[in-house]
Amino acid sequence: MFRRSGRQCVATFAHDEVRVLRKVAAEVVGLLTDGMDHTDPVVGRLFPDIYPDRPEDSQEFRLYTEGDLKTAKIDQAGAILAALPDEGEGEVRLDGEAAEAWLRAINDARLAMGTRLDIQADTDLAEELDEAVLEDPGSSRVFQLSVYAYLGYLQESLLNALPEIK
Amino acid sequence: MALPQVAPVETPEIEEVPAEDRPWVTIVWDDPVNLMSYVTWVFQKLFGFSKEKAERLMMDVHTKGKAVVSTGARERMEMDANQLHGYGLWATVDRA
Repeated sequence: MFRRSGRQCVATFAHDEVRVLRKVAAEVVGLLTDGMDHTDPVVGRLFPDIYPDRPEDSQEFRLYTEGDLKTAKIDQAGAILAALPDEGEGEVRLDGEAAEAWLRAINDARLAMGTRLDIQADTDLAEELDEAVLEDPGSSRVFQLSVYAYLGYLQESLLNALPEIK
Repeated sequence: MALPQVAPVETPEIEEVPAEDRPWVTIVWDDPVNLMSYVTWVFQKLFGFSKEKAERLMMDVHTKGKAVVSTGARERMEMDANQLHGYGLWATVDRA
């Protein structure tokens, strides 16, 4: 988890954390680069219609803005990959700009996972996880739920480690 | 069956502001994933709101399901919504 050190946000990641974070960031990049499928609810959540009742206006706006938005999202996921050690454990030190990119990228990853996991306002994550473990402790759902919960804690720790906004 | 008799209501003469002259708004919608602390931070960062104001807006989104975060010309609102999408908030644009 992140803590404050001088003007930087610092975290020491274990081997498994590095692997999971790299995987998650790479998945976001993959989702955005492999010819995005707009019928995919994850894509719909990351690129919402700006005019929900006017599909044509939304489409026109998308035409002008989606490319840049997509590039920004790929870049912020890239900031996670760039700061992490290639493998093994390691320390990550983020300045203000990198910390912001991490926050946005972690958020994109959580949105993607949360949509796939069908997280709702009344979802009790601990309860979901218990149920999934009872059903099959080795399932992909257990892994996904654990990573989703982990990313939430990580994002919260980074928010707490940021200097106050003036 | 007869409908209940209702006295005709006189329409008060209010000057309607023509639709094209009304400003536009950016709306942020509640979603189950974004952390409350993150949404507050985005409002501070993007709009320069004080922590108190950002928190109040975030709570509006959370409890009422949505909140207007900016008002003005259509192009400005589109820019705001687009930036909010960059942060992963669920934002739309509408007439005020």
